Amino acid sequence: MAEEFWRWTESRWTDPAIDWKAGKIVTGGVDVGSVSSQAVIMVDGQLLAYGNTRTGSDSPNSAMNAMNMAMEDAKVTYDDLQYTVGTGYGRVNVPFGQRAITEIACHARGANFMYGPSVRTVLDMGGQDCKAIHCDAQGKVTNFLMNDKCAAGTGRGMEVFADLLNVSINDMGELSLQVAEEPPPVSSTCVVFAKSEASGLLRAGWPKEKVLAAYSSAMAHRVVSLLERIGVEKEFAITGGIAKNIGVVSRIEKELGIKALKPTIDTQIAGALGAALFAQALAKKSGK
Amino acid sequence: MLANYGYQDGSGDYFITIDTDKCTGCGDCVTTCPAQVFEILTEDPHDPFREEPVAVVKSSEKKKIKYSCGPCKPVGERPPSPCVVSCRAGAISHNW
Repeated sequence: MAEEFWRWTESRWTDPAIDWKAGKIVTGGVDVGSVSSQAVIMVDGQLLAYGNTRTGSDSPNSAMNAMNMAMEDAKVTYDDLQYTVGTGYGRVNVPFGQRAITEIACHARGANFMYGPSVRTVLDMGGQDCKAIHCDAQGKVTNFLMNDKCAAGTGRGMEVFADLLNVSINDMGELSLQVAEEPPPVSSTCVVFAKSEASGLLRAGWPKEKVLAAYSSAMAHRVVSLLERIGVEKEFAITGGIAKNIGVVSRIEKELGIKALKPTIDTQIAGALGAALFAQALAKKSGK
Repeated sequence: MLANYGYQDGSGDYFITIDTDKCTGCGDCVTTCPAQVFEILTEDPHDPFREEPVAVVKSSEKKKIKYSCGPCKPVGERPPSPCVVSCRAGAISHNW
């Protein structure tokens, strides 16, 4: 089989320092997205483990796959989870979930945990949609806007370009910065049209990095125009898979004129993290 | 919370904003809108701890409001949109 350049790395992580059996409340958060699924396990408000995998055609299975990855090293079982919240596109299809909460609420809450209470603006660049969110110091949403009609500015668009240019998705950000001067952005932000435009540029003799730079800056411009609709208040943070693409992130920072906070945890798990935090609060509320 | 429902595409931005701090969940917008764009939910999907009803734009309408709202748009002599007028709390606005 030919190499699949779009394949991003699945991952799992467990904090070996936490003895979860000594904890009071063990909760789960599952984010079944359009492209990737994440599961997070938290103990008393501390991150214990997560799993990050690709979403298949079956949402319940994807939710279980992600949760199994998170549980494996931590040796947690489904019976140990006192409360689980589902989020993302497939949130109502999480078989072991007690409640579904929208990814907008979860991303704000997750970003509040990941980046600290100073975060006021969260930009989530997900697999198939893009969200601009304002939140308060508690991670509660105060203003939000989502664009899920168009895939411009999303991970799916970047995956399409990885395959077109035969560049691994992990290397795209760095490569897009290896241009002596910034080329004009591709004129169409629609992924389908942008792809045809990029094919034309390749035929015209543009090197890969130049085409990639042109696409990355079009993508950055697109999400900045979405962000500007609600305004950007400091501190600013980006979540989702594209937050790992330095080429897009640096172009967004340049266009906005402010820096995004540096992530300390995998930015893809923000939604699941928020879900697990809501699960903590809901478990306490239900007196479990 | 300012909840913006709608989308941005190659032709422009189309968002209906519902200020959930003002919305009382009375349902006047639901009965007024000729295109049935709104619905009342018993809890806010974006605010799990809110326990009062709230108006939202139906998910089936979100991606086509440019067309659903078109016939009511105040152009020329036409009066303001019925949903905006119907909302006594002044919670509804359109961005286009």
